[in-house]
Amino acid sequence: MTEILSLREAVAAFVKDGDTIAMEGFTHLIPHAAGHEVIRQERSGLTLVRMTPDLIYDQMIGMGTADRLIFSWGGNPGVGSLHRLRDACEKSWPRQLDIVEHAHAALAMAYEAGAAGLPLAISRSYIGTDHESVNPDIKRIECPFTGERLAAFPSIRPDVAVIHAQRADRKGNVHLWGILGVQKEAVLASRYAIVTVEEVVDDLGDTAMNETILPGWTINAVCEVPRGAHPSYAHGFYERHNAFYTRWDPIARDRKAFLNWMEEYVLSCATFADTWNKLEADGYV
Amino acid sequence: MSDAVGDLGYTQDEMMTVAASRLLTDGMVIFVGIGLPSAAANLARLTHAPEIALIYESGTIATRPNALPLSIGDGELAETARTVVSVPEMFRYWLQGGRIDVGFLGAAQIDKYGNINTSYIGGTYQTPKVRLPGGGGAPEIATQAGEIFVIMRQSPRGFVNRLDFVTSLGGGPRREEARAKGHMPTGKGPSTIITDLGVLKTNLNTDEFILTDLHQGCSAEQAKRATGWDLKVAEQVGQTEPPSVHELSVLRALTDGTAKARDDNA
Repeated sequence: MTEILSLREAVAAFVKDGDTIAMEGFTHLIPHAAGHEVIRQERSGLTLVRMTPDLIYDQMIGMGTADRLIFSWGGNPGVGSLHRLRDACEKSWPRQLDIVEHAHAALAMAYEAGAAGLPLAISRSYIGTDHESVNPDIKRIECPFTGERLAAFPSIRPDVAVIHAQRADRKGNVHLWGILGVQKEAVLASRYAIVTVEEVVDDLGDTAMNETILPGWTINAVCEVPRGAHPSYAHGFYERHNAFYTRWDPIARDRKAFLNWMEEYVLSCATFADTWNKLEADGYV
Repeated sequence: MSDAVGDLGYTQDEMMTVAASRLLTDGMVIFVGIGLPSAAANLARLTHAPEIALIYESGTIATRPNALPLSIGDGELAETARTVVSVPEMFRYWLQGGRIDVGFLGAAQIDKYGNINTSYIGGTYQTPKVRLPGGGGAPEIATQAGEIFVIMRQSPRGFVNRLDFVTSLGGGPRREEARAKGHMPTGKGPSTIITDLGVLKTNLNTDEFILTDLHQGCSAEQAKRATGWDLKVAEQVGQTEPPSVHELSVLRALTDGTAKARDDNA
């Protein structure tokens, strides 16, 4: 049964300290507002999973919510480094962060295996690379039919998946289109799923037949959070805010500037709408 | 300065991108990395290779952006694509399934066999001096695309004798070792590195990369100085044809569109 909740209620109900959570989005539809709410509720000890950790994981890591990161590419796309991620890796600030480094293909297939209810995924990954020497999750398996050596790694089974979509109806059916990323797999691999959306509608009615990608009974909570993917984008609603990604760089570079920014735009705001209003007032958007 | 328009009327970066674009022939299916590879691939599409199929790991297949994307999943990549598939499908069916002719990569560090490091530099893995973003799609692209082209600026920091970490496999002994262990790299591996000074090539899989071509105004000495290993030079070094007026104008229109998108505060 899907509940229509506020984001605050949804995070309070489903995200616990120490959980493994996957907040997915491949450049498109990244659940930024939900990340802010996890920070505001001071969750800690989290294992964060994401193929492409970007600004929101940079913020969550910098605020000390995470002990562990499972990822395959962690950067600020088109700009450079994630400075909070780097500071955690290089200087253990604000705390030690254990990293589990994968490649995209493997991590995508690990989600898929999780959705398929399998204990592991296999692929032709990590041939001749050093990942295996630092990531004990990567093992080798022999094909019983051909003898080929393949990579094996555990499926990803998060406690909670959090995604952002364009729309949902009141029963929690999720309407998502454009770049799909690995969100469907993340939701189906997880025990609980929270979906933030641009709008909750009474009836998805005229939706193209392949665009309602998740039925309501796979979703625990739907939260209406307009602009909740900012500074990433929601196809059909708003474009990627490239300038924000550039502006983030100097903020994240400096610990104090970062903490000040988080205090001002996240901790002292009650909701994402407050954050948005403040960003608007201060000329960010 | 590689971004200065010198006496030649173009920058070394522009020369590099143009030289890389010319390696792509019409009808090829290319798995494209963001940044320099994406610039070269789109330039090829808009000049001599209109039917080239550009694939980005975000799931966009045969995409035709008007400006160079800033991220791998820009909305324009989706809007101008023939189809958009999920990320697991992209890696499973299209890359691992053997549907890609050329993987076009950038790199932070590369060695003489074309092994690539995008994981960390200095210190230890647990406490690195510089943590890099990681491999993204490259580790599998490097072994599963038919052939690999690498485009990167040539400097002793990037062209190194020893990598701290191999994120993506090149050719040479390491590839042979992997085969001996029963792994099946399905592609041929890196064949060509295009730099701001010239072009390096290898006999696929076996030998180290050697300098085979120089761009106008660049010398073999300069290339050797910009390389952390003892770079060997082909007996006959070719000279790259400078960018044509048409190539330059198409490339500049592409990058202007990107600059505009980057500054757009909308």
